[in-house]
Amino acid sequence: MWAFIHKLGSPKWFYGISAKLQPWFWAAAALLLVTGSLWGLAFAPADYQQGNSFRIIYVHVPAAFLAQSIFISMAVSGLVFMVWKIKVADMAAAVMAPLGAAMTFVALFSGAVWGVPTWGTWWMWDARLTSMLILLFLYLGVIALRGAFTSRDSASRAASVLAMVGVINIPIIKYSVDWWYTLHQPATFTLTSRPTMPIEMWLPLAIMVLGFYSFFIALTLMRTRSEILRREANKRWVHDLVKGRVEETR
Amino acid sequence: MPMIEHQGGMMIAVKATLMRDLTLLLRHRGEVLNPLVFFALVITLFPIAISPDPQLLAIIAPGLLWVAALLAALLSLDSLFRSDYDDGSLEQLLLAPQPLAALGLAKVAVHWLLTGLPLALMAPLLGIMLALPAGSYAVLALSLALGTASLSLIGAIGAALTVGLARGGVLLSLLVLPLYIPVLIFGAGAVQAAILGDGVSAHLAILGALLAIALVLAPWAIAASLRISING
Amino acid sequence: MSLCLEARQLACERDDRWLFQGLDLDIRSGEIVRIEGPNGSGKTTLLKILSGQLSDYQGELFWNGVAMREVREHFLANLLYLGHAPGIKAGLSPLENLSWYQALSGEKSSQEGSEERRLIALENVGLAGFEDVPTGQLSAGQQRRVALARLTLTQRALWVLDEPFTAIDREGVAALENQLIAHAQGGGCVLVTTHHELTASPLLRRIVLA
Repeated sequence: MWAFIHKLGSPKWFYGISAKLQPWFWAAAALLLVTGSLWGLAFAPADYQQGNSFRIIYVHVPAAFLAQSIFISMAVSGLVFMVWKIKVADMAAAVMAPLGAAMTFVALFSGAVWGVPTWGTWWMWDARLTSMLILLFLYLGVIALRGAFTSRDSASRAASVLAMVGVINIPIIKYSVDWWYTLHQPATFTLTSRPTMPIEMWLPLAIMVLGFYSFFIALTLMRTRSEILRREANKRWVHDLVKGRVEETR
Repeated sequence: MPMIEHQGGMMIAVKATLMRDLTLLLRHRGEVLNPLVFFALVITLFPIAISPDPQLLAIIAPGLLWVAALLAALLSLDSLFRSDYDDGSLEQLLLAPQPLAALGLAKVAVHWLLTGLPLALMAPLLGIMLALPAGSYAVLALSLALGTASLSLIGAIGAALTVGLARGGVLLSLLVLPLYIPVLIFGAGAVQAAILGDGVSAHLAILGALLAIALVLAPWAIAASLRISING
Repeated sequence: MSLCLEARQLACERDDRWLFQGLDLDIRSGEIVRIEGPNGSGKTTLLKILSGQLSDYQGELFWNGVAMREVREHFLANLLYLGHAPGIKAGLSPLENLSWYQALSGEKSSQEGSEERRLIALENVGLAGFEDVPTGQLSAGQQRRVALARLTLTQRALWVLDEPFTAIDREGVAALENQLIAHAQGGGCVLVTTHHELTASPLLRRIVLA
């Protein structure tokens, strides 16, 4: 077990294994996203109440799912880094933060666009959107904190602590925002809590969600790899790697 | 030279740290008064910016009072560990043969005693100026007293994370404000419930629960953050 | 019981740069160990690691033969660390500052003899008569002396001193140097960085960081 964890923690080993995994996730992401969007946008039946505008669900919901999952995986990576001092975990956490913030923004933006035909306004203090907005601030906090330190070791550790504090708070925030919302606007119409969704509507949604996750994994692998190269630039194995590449191209 | 066995004395150290910080702050009364003056000032801005109409003010008063108190408590957070960091006492605090979480908690307690508690006591006075409906004054003070304790604990994590940074002030607010939202919701909610004549016990109970969670978890996060900050 | 602080294969990396690698140290009772090296060679970092402030290093630390993390409290109870910053509150009097330090090690300020020890400690560093003056009103050298008073305030076997001679006048330097030697002769141990020439003492050992 220990040996495995430390092997996993070695940037060199991770660099090798991720090279093998990466193409599979890219392929899965492409396949799922193309299928899901074609199915969802062109073939799924229109909503009897919202018409075609409901189709934004195929972007909004996966993005919202991912936004939350990325924060959790960022905090888990932070924990792994703090407990086992595994640097790859921190590199992954570092590249996840902007990605998570971007996903949160996509969820917010698609929610706002969706609001126009549904509520007739770009912004509504809907419980889900409000939680998303707070999540965006949490992401921005983690990113800003990481950037504020001159020492990278301290930056990594500080960002890890903040991510863990944030992840404990996310359920509390979500719960309290829901309470706040029901108190002020007795539940009228929320974007996604539909009583029943026919299978031809939610199946493409499930495919899109899977596609988003594959995309996230592939992108994280790719960006972690470049982060490894950046941080280990003066290590021997990276030099050998680059030399090998150069000779290959000759 | 004989070696000393560690003799415990955590409570002695905690009490001494508490007394030390109280003494220091009471000798610089300005620092204690500033958040209170800030609180009063912000509350003054709203009638000027919105409208002096008592009916309108009465509606927004609970939220205004809570937001202003929250910002006032936030304002003084940056200095929580700053002077200890600058003069090296923070290193010594870390090297005391005592649990750092307990010593950090002592410092947070001082922050609450000299910021949160006075803000809570002062809020009813400002409530009068905002035409806060009768019957909600006690709840306002109580919810603030409970809530600011959580705010001090959560805020101290942010303060500990940013104490090593030269310009940590704005960053501190960015880190801490999103985490304040649950406390704000239930704090302001309690006052609103009191005005509407609903039961406030649920709100206050949740504020208490939030405080309990913060009390259990925050000291460890504060200790970990201080160790990071001392690294530079 | 004699003290012994060991470091095995100590290495510290700061942002892709090795400050030191494969460092083996043995520090025992009766020694004055001076860490030397140019600016930026990691002297302060090494002292911080050896005084248990940093966790971000590779290698092992042993305190009297036991891994450090298992006996951390015992180690801290016997450690006195003086860093670049004196750790003295300007708003408190020298006496109040010292009584906080006593309390940190678990000693009640009302305990018998502790007031006396504070006064003696201040007298030793030449601050008799300044006991109740706010420390902020003292000169930089005097403030530094308040911090040095901690050396006689509590019995700690291991002294880790980072540039202790800063801002001290000539007599003060001589007195402090004698104090270090006396401490080592008494079975204590001193770990120090300084740009100051310590007079050759048989107890002195140098460790040079490249």
